[in-house]
Amino acid sequence: MPVKIELSPDRETVTVYFTGEIDHHSAKKMREDIDSCAQHNEPRVLILDFGGVEFMDSSGIGIVLGRYRLMQELGGELRLQNMPSHIRKVMRVAGIDNLKMTDSKGDKPK
Amino acid sequence: MKIQNRMRVSFPARSVNESFARTVIAAFAATVDPTVDELIDIKTAVSEAVTNAIVHGYREELGQVYIGASLYPDGRLVVRIRDTGCGIPDIKKAMEPLYTTCETGERAGLGFAVMQELMDKVQVRSTPGKGTTVTLEKRLKIKQ
Repeated sequence: MPVKIELSPDRETVTVYFTGEIDHHSAKKMREDIDSCAQHNEPRVLILDFGGVEFMDSSGIGIVLGRYRLMQELGGELRLQNMPSHIRKVMRVAGIDNLKMTDSKGDKPK
Repeated sequence: MKIQNRMRVSFPARSVNESFARTVIAAFAATVDPTVDELIDIKTAVSEAVTNAIVHGYREELGQVYIGASLYPDGRLVVRIRDTGCGIPDIKKAMEPLYTTCETGERAGLGFAVMQELMDKVQVRSTPGKGTTVTLEKRLKIKQ
């Protein structure tokens, strides 16, 4: 099970817990699972949690940037949390290591 | 300089082998007892190069990926990742951060940038229609 996805009781927040290895091979299924949940629930906040990730290459950057675009479309916000130092190092290449990406436009469309 | 140790491996360009490739190189590098950070750097850079071979080198075909690695007495690890796929017409452009030929929008175009960040040297040789060889080099801190 590459990702565990939790929806908050108020359905406002989706939290994605990645585990194991994120590479080109595993990323496709992860993207599909996350997008399916986010598109179905249209949360205000999507949180990507990297605490359980043992390995990640630039495929992880693709996941973050793609989900950022998705949350922009949904009028919501993307947050990253619990990045181990080796993940932060890869994210730094894309300049997104310290990111709490927010959409300044505010409320999600009705 | 005389090579201290070397290995070679080849495998079909299937994405399931990305993990296999980086694990093999990490096991080879582990013979000289590198730091955990060095091992992660090597695994990540190799994963990028192998993914490029699979995704871009062999876009429409299932080819073979060849990896050779050498360890030198001064602690240098040199890894060559080779494919005989379509090649890169413009290497300079391909190495530009955020440049990607992927049309799904899910590849960040940062594979070479990550390799350059994590390794001491990254060299790319490519001939359109014949294939690409990426050479990665990192000097490991040898514990004596």
